Amino acid sequence: MNSKAYNLFLKDFRSELRTRYAINALAMFIIVAISVILFSIGNEKINENLTAGLFWVVIFFTAMSGLSRAFVSEEERGTTLTLQLIASPTTVFSGKLIFNVILVFAMNAIIALLYGALFEDFIIKNFLLFLATFILGNIGLAVSSTIIAAIIAKAGAKGTLYPVLSFPILLPLILTCVQLTLFSFDGTSFEKSRFELAIIVSYDVIMITVSYLLFDFIWKE
Amino acid sequence: MIWKIFLFLLLAFVSVAGIAFPIVEKPSAWYEFPFIPGLEENAKIIFFHVPTAWVTVVAFLMSTIFSFRYLKNKNLDDDLKSYAAAQLGIIFCILATVTGAVWAKFAWGAFWSWDPRQTSIFALLLIYGAWFALRSSIESEEKRATLSSVYSIIAFVTVPFFIFVMPRIMTGLHPGSADDTNAGPVVNFKMNSNMLLIFFLSLIGFTILYLWMWKVGYKSLIYKEKIQKQFLRG
Amino acid sequence: MSNYYLEVKNLTKYFGRRLIFSNLNFRLSDSGIFGISGPNGSGKSTLVKIIAGIIGANKGEVKHFLDGKEIIPEKIHNHIGFVSPYLVLYEEFSAEENLLMFAKIRGVDYDKSRVDYLFEKFLLLKRKDDLVKTYSSGMKQRLKFIFALMHSPKLIILDEPTSNLDDEGKNSVYELIREEGNKNIVVVASNEKNDLEQCTETIFLENFKQINQ
Repeated sequence: MNSKAYNLFLKDFRSELRTRYAINALAMFIIVAISVILFSIGNEKINENLTAGLFWVVIFFTAMSGLSRAFVSEEERGTTLTLQLIASPTTVFSGKLIFNVILVFAMNAIIALLYGALFEDFIIKNFLLFLATFILGNIGLAVSSTIIAAIIAKAGAKGTLYPVLSFPILLPLILTCVQLTLFSFDGTSFEKSRFELAIIVSYDVIMITVSYLLFDFIWKE
Repeated sequence: MIWKIFLFLLLAFVSVAGIAFPIVEKPSAWYEFPFIPGLEENAKIIFFHVPTAWVTVVAFLMSTIFSFRYLKNKNLDDDLKSYAAAQLGIIFCILATVTGAVWAKFAWGAFWSWDPRQTSIFALLLIYGAWFALRSSIESEEKRATLSSVYSIIAFVTVPFFIFVMPRIMTGLHPGSADDTNAGPVVNFKMNSNMLLIFFLSLIGFTILYLWMWKVGYKSLIYKEKIQKQFLRG
Repeated sequence: MSNYYLEVKNLTKYFGRRLIFSNLNFRLSDSGIFGISGPNGSGKSTLVKIIAGIIGANKGEVKHFLDGKEIIPEKIHNHIGFVSPYLVLYEEFSAEENLLMFAKIRGVDYDKSRVDYLFEKFLLLKRKDDLVKTYSSGMKQRLKFIFALMHSPKLIILDEPTSNLDDEGKNSVYELIREEGNKNIVVVASNEKNDLEQCTETIFLENFKQINQ
C-alpha cells in the first residue's frame, strides 16, 4: 500500500519534472508576492505581529496558486479514469498527499529563508518552536489543500474557487500558526505554547481522518 | 393552522415585550427587566440577536446532517433539504452579523472589532458563501450534491476549532465571555426570571419560525424540480 | 478456465433524477464473451463503469468473486482490464514508461515478456519508447489494449473497442477477444455489429431494462 502511493508520487514527480506545471509558477509567485510586500512596506518599520501575519499570508496564497494542480492536472488531461483503474482511492489520495506535502515543505522553506534574509523583524528566538509550528502547519496546510483540490478538480472549476473554498477550512490553522510564529519570535517556551500546539496537532489529525473518509465519495462521484 | 397562529402570537408577544418592557434599577412588577451595568438599554438585543445567531447554527447543523444523509443514501431530496437549510442559514447569519454590528457600534464604539464570536460568525459566513459558490459552479445535480455534501462535512469539522481557538487568540468583548469585565456572564446571573423567560420564548419562537420556513423552502424546491422535469419531458 | 465470476443484483442507476436503468440482474462466470448493447443513452458505458467499480450505483450491487471468495472493492481494480475511447494515458511519458509506472502503482510485477508480446501483437513494438504524445489516435487505442491486458486480468471490459481502429487493428482486437474469451470473462459494450458478432451472449439495454438474448 505504501509503496503503491510512493510510486504514484514518483509518477507525479517525474511528470512535474517534464512538464514543470507547478514548480515554475510557484517559484515566480513567491518572488512576486514577497516583492509586492517589500515594495509596499518601503522604508517603514513593521512590527513582529505584521511580520508573522504576512509570512502566513504569503504561504497561504502560494499554496493556493500551486497545490490544486495535483488533481486538476489529472482532470484536465482526462487521466482520472486511468488512475481509478490502477489504484484504490486510498492509494490515490496518499500519493497526491505525499506530492503536496513535499511541495509545501519546499516552497515554505524557501519563503522562510527569504523572510529571514529580507525582513528585519523575522528573528526567531525559540527556533525549535518555530520548527514544530512549521512542520505541523505545513502538514495541515497540505492535507486540507489536497482534499479541497480534489473537490475543485471534480467541480471542473478553475482557479478562483480554490482559495474561496480553502480559506474558511484553513483559517483556524493559519490563525494558530500566526500566533505560534509570534511566540517563537518572542521566545515563548514550549510549556506556554502547549495549547496552541495541541490545536494544530488535533487539526492535522482530524483533517487527515476526514479527508481519507470523504475522498472515496469525491473520487467515485 | 393552530400552531401558525400560536407562532404568530408568540413572536408578536416576544417582539412587543422585548422592545417595550422597561428596564429599571430594582424590578418589582412582572414586566420589568433588571438593570445590567455596562449594558443598560442595549441589553434588549438579546431577544433578537441571540436567536438569529442560534438559528444560524441550527441551520448549519441541519445542513450538515442532511449532507451526511445524502452521502449515505444518495437521495437527492436530502440534498435539497440541506440546501434549503443553508439558504435560511445564510439569511439568519447575515441578520445576526448586521444586528450584532449595529449593536456593537453603540455598546463597544465600533461596528467591528474581531471579537471571537464576531470572527466565528464571519468564518461561518465565509463557509456559507464558499458552499454556495461551489454549488453554483457545478452543472450536474448529482455531482453538485456529492461535492457540496463533502465540503459541508469538512467545513463542519473545523467549527470546533473556531470555538476553542478564537477566545485564546483575541480578547472577548461579548457579554458573557470570559474576558468581559463589566457585564459578566449575563445569561446566568444578571437576568431575572422574566427576562430569561422572554429570552427562551424568543429562542423557541425563532426556532419554530425557522423550521416552518425550512419546510416551505425545501417543498418549493422539490416542486420546482418536478415542474422542470415535466417541462423537459414536454 | 478461470474461476472468476461476477454477480449483478438489482442494479439501478440514476443521473440526477433521470433513470438510466433499473433492476439489472445477471451473472457472468468463468469465461466467455458477453456483449452489452443498446441505443445511445441506454447506459452501456455507465453499466460497464459500475461493473469496473469506477462509479457507484444508486441501488443494488455488483460483486466480484475469485476462487469463491468475494474481492473487496478496494482491490477490484487489479483484476480488471478496461478499454474505452475516453481513457487517456499519460502523454508526457513513453508507452513503456506508462506501463512500467502502472505496474508499480498497481503493486504487481512488470511482466516484460507479456508486454513485449502485446506490443508485438498490436504493432507498437518499434514505437514503444516514443512519447504517447506523438501517437496517432489509432495507436493510442491499441496502446490501451496493452494497458488493459498487461496484468493478465480475469475480467476484461471493452467499451466500444474498435473505435478509431483500422481494419488491421480491428482484426487483432477480434483475435484477442476470442483468445481471451477462452480463458477469461470479456465484456464488450458496443453497437457495432461486428463487435457483437464475437459475443456468445448479449444483454440488450432498452427502455431502462435489460432484454436477454
